[in-house]
Amino acid sequence: MRRFFFLSFFLSFGLYGQDYFIVNDGIKTKDYQYNVFTNANIYSDKGIINKGTLVEKDGKIVDLGSNISIPKNSIVFDLDGKFIYPSFVEIHSSFGIKKPQRKSSGRSSQYEPSRSGYYWNDHIMSDYNSFGDYNYNQKEAKGLRDIGFGVVTSHRNDGVHRGTSFTVGLIDNQNESYRIISKKTAEHYSFSKSLTSSQSYPSSTMGAIALIRQLHYDSDWYSQGSSETKDLSLEALIENKKLPKLFDANDKLNVYRAAKLSNEFDLNFVIKGSGKEYENVRELKKFNNTLIIPVNFPKAFDVSNTNLNEKLTINQLRYWNQAPANLGVLEKNGINFSITSSDLKNKKDFLNNIRRAIKNGLSEKAAIDALTTIPAKSLNLSDKIGELDKGFLANFLITSGPIFDDKTEINENWVKGQRHIVKSNDNLNIDGNYTFNINDKKYEVKISNSLLRPKAYIKRDSIDIKSKTSLVDDWLSVSFFDSIDGGLSFAQISSKISSTNNLSGRGLDFNNEPFLFNIPKNETKKQNESKRTKKDSLDEPFVSDVTFPNIGFGVSSIPESRSIHFKNATLWTNENEGIIENTDIIIDNGKIIDIGRNLKTPPNFTVIDASDKHITSGIIDEHSHMAATSINEGGHNSSAEVSIMDVIDPDDISIYRNLAGGVTTVQILHGSANPIGGQSAIIKLKWGSEIDNMFFEGADPFIKFALGENVKRSRGGLRFPETRMGVEQVFIDHFDRAKHYGETWNQYNSLNKRQKRSVSKPRYDEELETLLEVIDGKRFISSHSYVQSEINMLMKVAEKFDFRIKIFTHILEGYKVADKMAKHGVGGSTFSDWWGYKFEVNDAIPYNASIMHNAGVTVALNSDNSELSRRLNLEAAKAFKYGEISEEEAWKFVTLNPAKLLNLDDRVGSLKVGKDADIVMWSGHPMSLYTKAEKTYIEGALYFDIDEHKIKIDKIKDEKSELIKQMFAENTPGANLKFPNPLPQIEVDCDYIEF
Amino acid sequence: MKKIILLNILFLNLIYSQQTPAPDQDKSVLIFGAVTHIGNGDTIKNSIIGFNNGVIDLVAPSDDNILTENIKKYDTIIDATNSHVYPGIIALNTNLGLVEIDAVRATVDDDDIGAYLPEIRSIVAYNAESKAVESMRPNGVLLAQIAPNGGIISGKSSVVQFDAWNWEDAVIEYDQGIHLNWPSPYTYGRWWLGEDRGLKANSNYNNQIKDLKDFFEKSRVNMSIEKSMNLKSIAMRPIFEGLTTVYLYADDEKEIVDGVTFLKGYGIDKIVIVGATGSKNQLNFIKKNNIPVVVKQPYRFPQSTDSDPMETFEIAKKMLDQGILVSIDPTGTTMARVSVRNLPFYAGSFSSFGIDKEIALSLITLNPAKILGIDKDYGTLEIGKSATLFISSGDALDIISNDVTHAFISGREISLETHQTRLWRRYSNKYSNSQK
Repeated sequence: MRRFFFLSFFLSFGLYGQDYFIVNDGIKTKDYQYNVFTNANIYSDKGIINKGTLVEKDGKIVDLGSNISIPKNSIVFDLDGKFIYPSFVEIHSSFGIKKPQRKSSGRSSQYEPSRSGYYWNDHIMSDYNSFGDYNYNQKEAKGLRDIGFGVVTSHRNDGVHRGTSFTVGLIDNQNESYRIISKKTAEHYSFSKSLTSSQSYPSSTMGAIALIRQLHYDSDWYSQGSSETKDLSLEALIENKKLPKLFDANDKLNVYRAAKLSNEFDLNFVIKGSGKEYENVRELKKFNNTLIIPVNFPKAFDVSNTNLNEKLTINQLRYWNQAPANLGVLEKNGINFSITSSDLKNKKDFLNNIRRAIKNGLSEKAAIDALTTIPAKSLNLSDKIGELDKGFLANFLITSGPIFDDKTEINENWVKGQRHIVKSNDNLNIDGNYTFNINDKKYEVKISNSLLRPKAYIKRDSIDIKSKTSLVDDWLSVSFFDSIDGGLSFAQISSKISSTNNLSGRGLDFNNEPFLFNIPKNETKKQNESKRTKKDSLDEPFVSDVTFPNIGFGVSSIPESRSIHFKNATLWTNENEGIIENTDIIIDNGKIIDIGRNLKTPPNFTVIDASDKHITSGIIDEHSHMAATSINEGGHNSSAEVSIMDVIDPDDISIYRNLAGGVTTVQILHGSANPIGGQSAIIKLKWGSEIDNMFFEGADPFIKFALGENVKRSRGGLRFPETRMGVEQVFIDHFDRAKHYGETWNQYNSLNKRQKRSVSKPRYDEELETLLEVIDGKRFISSHSYVQSEINMLMKVAEKFDFRIKIFTHILEGYKVADKMAKHGVGGSTFSDWWGYKFEVNDAIPYNASIMHNAGVTVALNSDNSELSRRLNLEAAKAFKYGEISEEEAWKFVTLNPAKLLNLDDRVGSLKVGKDADIVMWSGHPMSLYTKAEKTYIEGALYFDIDEHKIKIDKIKDEKSELIKQMFAENTPGANLKFPNPLPQIEVDCDYIEF
Repeated sequence: MKKIILLNILFLNLIYSQQTPAPDQDKSVLIFGAVTHIGNGDTIKNSIIGFNNGVIDLVAPSDDNILTENIKKYDTIIDATNSHVYPGIIALNTNLGLVEIDAVRATVDDDDIGAYLPEIRSIVAYNAESKAVESMRPNGVLLAQIAPNGGIISGKSSVVQFDAWNWEDAVIEYDQGIHLNWPSPYTYGRWWLGEDRGLKANSNYNNQIKDLKDFFEKSRVNMSIEKSMNLKSIAMRPIFEGLTTVYLYADDEKEIVDGVTFLKGYGIDKIVIVGATGSKNQLNFIKKNNIPVVVKQPYRFPQSTDSDPMETFEIAKKMLDQGILVSIDPTGTTMARVSVRNLPFYAGSFSSFGIDKEIALSLITLNPAKILGIDKDYGTLEIGKSATLFISSGDALDIISNDVTHAFISGREISLETHQTRLWRRYSNKYSNSQK
């Protein structure tokens, strides 16, 4: 049955001969014909060839140029001044592949892989080739061809390693033997899990990053023959090593992350972005990766509801305004990119959107390259496709004019020498008003939508007349139904459409008498003009500058270190001098250079009168979850291999809000989903800076561990441990293995070259590497903890392996074992007054900080919450209120002590000559709630200023109203608009799961 | 099963370890020398306050003569020179005593099943011996509205004082309010179903309002049936009769206008708006309708990423400037219930953005008393009112100076000890002893 279907299909279109196939339905024929296109403007790299000729045979270009001799056996197409362009290459697509179905897993989690003989993680499907799931889809093919694509590379976009893609020509009247250009084109990656497996790991972007890293370590190891078992995924990965590698990042931050990974492993990823790369282009341009960019420009919001407008953010409004400039920005920054149609809901917008991009700064040359040569190169197919030249596949477009002119249409799309008509020449736009006189009555006929399904609206003396319209091929018929002499009669006209300006043909009047007509279109300029202005408004360049980050309080330039002499302040030094009044402090070059009374102002230093003001070192939050897109990787009970440093989100408004609360340094910790969490990031809140510049330079590495209820609470399904007893064993097991791992490597590394050749190299394991660092005292643990039993337990585990826990964080029952903590040498970073929310905080008391401090423990107060952290000064006040400590000691809980716990006290945490100028000027006593942070400096640069802040608020208001005003221009009746949909703000804490 | 039983036993042990309520006042008390903060905006610098049988019988400026004259009239004399006296702080919209530990379902009693529960009464579930309740007192929070949560009509709230053997002894005002959660006209996309995460119109809003209207209509009509068997309608009756206050939970301006218009349509005048985070453009409307507002405390995110981070601190001033009666809703922050003890600091924080400190104090004393209809006895320090007050050695609205040395509820001097202070002493002693 199936064969029969194919057969009839081929017969009806004419099969391209497969020489060695046997023919039973007739006789074998062979084509000798050339297709020759003359009088064309042919696009080439060097410019347009005027009056050019292109010669095609057997699907390839055999010749082109301006003086070409035409072979005898040619079919000649005189293009009469039309244009020929290389057809486009769609590099990012799932053409012909059904969306994979989500595997329903019920409520329980799956921790093991479901396949055997393959990699340990189901989301790595390097052995998969998309071709096996592919069926040519004529409708999809037409959609792509109609907007200029001739060739498509397709893959199933599912999984972290998605296997390999294939490349085909979009040819309807041939079979796969003719369409296939490459069966295995490229490898595809992403940070997203496969729908086809419910294996829990990786549950976060940082987990996916770690997984890709481990995969490449494993592949190196496997390729040396070190494995005793077979792994078909790794074998496929090794086999496909030379293929191009495409990465579906689909988000500007993920583009950056993929580029970093690419750099780390020399993978040369070609990275699919989201269209928002203008926001972090300064970081992306440092990498050499070619990008793949969609042109799905956002729709305007429906701004008619003032109540909702208030909820719209500057970022959302700017996106609408700035997105069309994305490609131009990338070009100006020297980034290579392909353009994909993949994210467009309505593919018909494709060319128009590229035209908008061109009006917003993209050059036409770059646009063509992005559609042809660059994707071809990225796919390693640049010897076959993407250009018009001898020997290349005959993939080209015939267009009515220069391709990026607004009115130009694609007429034909030839793929491998196979003709596809996109839009026939005679399908003309006859929309407009025509006046007919039939039986001495005047009929006003308005024709609309003539390109697709024309409809005539008829009026006689401004009375609506019923009618019926049809268009068959290029013949238009309109029937009029009117009451003539009391009864209903009809008249008909029929016209072959050959001009956009008039209708001519023959008709039958209401008396059934034939008549001939030739009616010109009425002049209707007005309507066109109004449409025109609307269109133009779309293409206005930026009204809004891109800021860093590109949100309301973003900055246009990064603040620079200043030279300032603060006079007459009350200084909270955190040093032996204590709190000293009427004292000066001078900062320069990012450092504190002098402290004392009545200091002389160095030349060219700014003087700030700080009388009545208090100056402190910046607040340090040991336990934060702000400014990261992943917090928990709960897919395994240990995720030591993941790092928050991989998933920093520099756009988080919490950074700015925290600066407004005097915070300058934070440790961003992994969450508490598992006993061994991930590596943390210590950043300075340098609002607007590039990610790499935010990291606290030279900071020691830390890792988050977790005890308590959270780690036993795996979501559905069984993940060891479910008790505090099991938690201990997880630690012992992992440290034990890490120790042996270290010994194995030491043994191996001590061998000489010759000996090394005779043994197999140990496997590099990211997770155990990290834990080994902990045992070796090179990485420090900050452990989430609640009740005394578990606190004691973890100290004993550490002692067993001969290292020390650095910080217990939360540590709500620390006061019960404070003496043991002091002896172990661990610090306590706690909440001031949280309790009552779960069972393990039943004995949490606000006196905890003070008791631990008095027992000799280094104590800090933390937030675990991006709202709370902006008022940590008040948390210090609470510690003072409840405890038996001095104000000065309480203040150290949020400054010097966290600096000590994080091993940063040589740089920050107090006012001392030589330390970083991370300082805050407060309006009064820093622990009073009547006080505000007025100026927050990091390394001498002013990152928050209460006066500038007020100006910013006005600016935001103005810009918002300007953008909304512009949007109103789009808000015409019937326009397809988007509901204003501000995103929820999330108070991120330990339990946060990425979605 | 075994696990659950064990857990329960454990709780019983932990929960019943509370301070013994003080006996009725049998000795008169005189406090002198303190700055007295009346609660209505006024202060007396060097004051003298006396109370007997639970009622204040003297509040006046003091000098040597006045002091000498009065000191012999009272049994107990407290020298509060350099200290401050405040009326007991009143918390609105709390679930104190209804929930002990959020994460332990067995201890959660603030939200029952069903959308319309006017018959539900919080007071009967109020645990006067909750450890969270006793921890309020050392910061000066002495009275509260205990309110149920959830649904559209969550039920009825009562007013309690924080030093009692049981709920019957604790109650000041039974079933004073009914709590109406106005449906939201917007919802966020259900991302887990693949929807856009952003805000969108609640397509069900009109239906929800229609259902609410049906419920009100039914309740109103049933009033005419004398021997009604419909408990819900009976429970609704006092709001139509103007006996019970409706606490309208509304944040967005559309919710506020729709909710108030709806209630006014039933001739209901006793309306209090709770939340009101998005009300800044409707303050005029609120004032015109003469509705008090219990505004959410300031420690929360501003409305959007572009909003002034200080926006949440400034809203109270904007309302006061309009002449609206304002109090503070302590919810909407992390650990909201146990953090009700921070209520004085919420008021202090509002004050740091342009409100006079004494006015800020009235947000948590006189104003909530007015809202609860208990201002005849509570909310200010005036002769004839209940001697529910506390002494702090410093400014009670600022964290670093809030230091409560004495607290009285109806003249009874209450313990300032808690589960937490006991642990504090126990472990402070452990280390100081071991050092010796």
